[in-house]
Amino acid sequence: MIRKIYMGVFALLGAANANADWTLNMPKGVTELSAETYEIHMVVFWWCVGIAVVVFGAMIYSIFAHRKSKGAVASNFSHSITAEIIWTVIPVVILLIMAVPSAELLIKLEDTRDPDLTVVVTGYQWKWHYRYQGEDVAFYSSLARASVAARRRGSGIDPETVENYLLEVDKPLVVPKGAKVRILLTSNDVVHSWWVPELAIKKDAVPGFINETWFSADVVGVYRGQCAELSGMDHGYMPIVVEVLEEDVYNEWLDRQKGSPNVAADGDVR
Amino acid sequence: MSTIVADDHDLHVDHSHDGPVKGWRRWVYATNHKDIGTMYLIFSLAMFFSGGLMALIIRTELFTPGLQFIDPAFFNQMTTMHALIMVFGAVMPAFVGLANWMIPLMIGAPDMALPRMNNWSFWILPVAFSILGSTLLMPGGAPASGWTMYPPLVLQTGDAFPFLIFSIHLMGLSSIMGAINVIVTIINMRAPDMTLLKMPMFVWTWLITAYLLLAVMPVLAGAVTMLLTDQFFGTSFFLAAGGGDPVMFQHIFWFFGHPEVYIMILPAFGVVSEIIPTFARKPLFGHDSMVYAASSIAFLSFIVWAHHMFTVGMPLTGQMFFMFATMLIAVPTGVKVFNWTATMWKGSMTFETPMLFSLGFLFLFTIGGFSGLMLAIVPADIQYHDSYFVVAHFHYVLVPGSIFGLMAAVYYWLPKWTGHYYNERQGQIHFWLSTIFVNMTFFPMHFLGLAGMPRRIPDYSTQFSDFNSVASIGAIGFGLSQLLFVYIVYQCAQKKGPKATTAVWDNPQGLEWTVPSPAPYHTFDTPPRITSSTAFS
Repeated sequence: MIRKIYMGVFALLGAANANADWTLNMPKGVTELSAETYEIHMVVFWWCVGIAVVVFGAMIYSIFAHRKSKGAVASNFSHSITAEIIWTVIPVVILLIMAVPSAELLIKLEDTRDPDLTVVVTGYQWKWHYRYQGEDVAFYSSLARASVAARRRGSGIDPETVENYLLEVDKPLVVPKGAKVRILLTSNDVVHSWWVPELAIKKDAVPGFINETWFSADVVGVYRGQCAELSGMDHGYMPIVVEVLEEDVYNEWLDRQKGSPNVAADGDVR
Repeated sequence: MSTIVADDHDLHVDHSHDGPVKGWRRWVYATNHKDIGTMYLIFSLAMFFSGGLMALIIRTELFTPGLQFIDPAFFNQMTTMHALIMVFGAVMPAFVGLANWMIPLMIGAPDMALPRMNNWSFWILPVAFSILGSTLLMPGGAPASGWTMYPPLVLQTGDAFPFLIFSIHLMGLSSIMGAINVIVTIINMRAPDMTLLKMPMFVWTWLITAYLLLAVMPVLAGAVTMLLTDQFFGTSFFLAAGGGDPVMFQHIFWFFGHPEVYIMILPAFGVVSEIIPTFARKPLFGHDSMVYAASSIAFLSFIVWAHHMFTVGMPLTGQMFFMFATMLIAVPTGVKVFNWTATMWKGSMTFETPMLFSLGFLFLFTIGGFSGLMLAIVPADIQYHDSYFVVAHFHYVLVPGSIFGLMAAVYYWLPKWTGHYYNERQGQIHFWLSTIFVNMTFFPMHFLGLAGMPRRIPDYSTQFSDFNSVASIGAIGFGLSQLLFVYIVYQCAQKKGPKATTAVWDNPQGLEWTVPSPAPYHTFDTPPRITSSTAFS
């Protein structure tokens, strides 16, 4: 609570927050499909709320009206084919209404054709490796030093003082805005899962197999996620950071990478 | 039947035909369904507290960001052991205990059909869980790969690995024998005139559950045996380097795992289907359609397993199939919820503790059902998968679902078991504390998951702090509230409450209410006649 007030004061003063604030709902995200995912999440949610109002309403009414202490006398009915048919058919109709847009969106999510850029993402215990296909650029991405120092038991460092605690890496994945980025996923050891909520993608990295997914970010910015599949001791310490840049800035970044020693060392990895 | 004859012979000398043998032999050599039922229930309660203690260790560590008490490796051991103990040690044996106690009483049978196997299926459990628990002391620690035991990670388990596999084999063996016993008893030992569709709902849901157990426990045994041979005998069922497929394990596991979730909830459906009519003073609405709904749920549970795996990289058509099949489960589940509501409608309700827990079940399980429907929608599930949203979902169906169902059952039948009422006021306090804290624990987890917090992590980024603190306080509150439950049950078992009548409640239906309270050691030596007050449809 104290933190919330503290954060609120900071927000009022217009100071930059060191850490993201708490939220209640799924982020709308920064891709067309993340917005559509949010949309479908909300549609299904409101259907559930609507059904809950009707069903819970009936239960609550019954609990208050049909109680013995109010002198209610029990009737003895126990069958009604009409009622049974109604409450079988109506849910089926509601489900069909939900199923159609879900299936349409799913088809789009799976359409990885014609990418502008392909990045091979390899999961390791416990970091990620990114290789830009056809670009001779590759590097590891591990938990940032500040978080590494603070995460140890008895480190004496308050996580609140660490910027983006556990959600910062030494070297983020950098992609251009608006490009269709295809992610090819595999793993070097155990199953990992690559999840960035604001890009609305999560896909498992399975050793010996290649999975694919894609995103196309519309907004320049930094987006953070984490490994989502339990991958051992430090599963909680292999965050994902994706930096979306304007295309020209991205190209400059890419050129700089090609000369870096990092590439010579890791370029051949997988 | 032959057992009972033998007992009569042995005890002939001291003329105690009906009483149990004295001392430890009564329990170790137990063949009486009531004794075995009691042992199952006490064992599962002990496991509930062991698993609960582990949950509290997890929640204590997660109270604030940063690591304060335990290290990540031990944290993973706790999440794994918590789940294994709660699923296989608490919920499943508790329902088998209820089945042992109540099925013979509800169908008018003198005992379970296979009493010696019944003894064995119980006594395997303490052995299995001693083995599993002992892994905490082994080099490399307890299993830490989650209760789902996904390879290749599970193959990194230390010395505990073969013990994990062996204990799961034993638990499976126990469940299979329990299931066979339930099926044989229900099919062969019903009172004359009790046709299948006249059976009480609890008996029906247990019959369906037993078939599910028979179908899927061997599948789990096969899956873990393949893990064992991958680890020790050079096979490569799940290792890509040798031509295997890690994802195949997930398919086999969830082919077991999804029916497993219905194994844990169907008997609870049966329990509330018994309790709501009693306290609404009105027959269960749509008894036959409830049977068909439970059967449909059981059938569908076999064709939806891959909805646990929407992110593993399945073909589009596969994802579509599993999405639609999963959504379909909402229909029979809806039928059940509507029928319970219709049972209460225009009834004459009172709200004793069993009814309160049943109503808590009805509301909160339905919330878990709603999040289940949301999880069926693949594009949204891609966001929810392996996040705290999933943790919130399955705890809503398991804690205020299965566990509340169990609590309701215990309060409902406790006077029949002990011959005395529990303390009603304390029971109601237990209900309200449990309900408040269970929501405080698990409701904020929905928000955490949607905000992007993955499950099974020992530490988290600071924006997740507030809801984690709330959840931790709720968990500790819930855990402490259950001590009150133990106190209430203990007091009742000590015969502290008022003496219970034969009917116990206000004109409840069913054969169990025709025998005296407490139920004598041997009941229904001669099959009862089904009269209008004990008939169902």
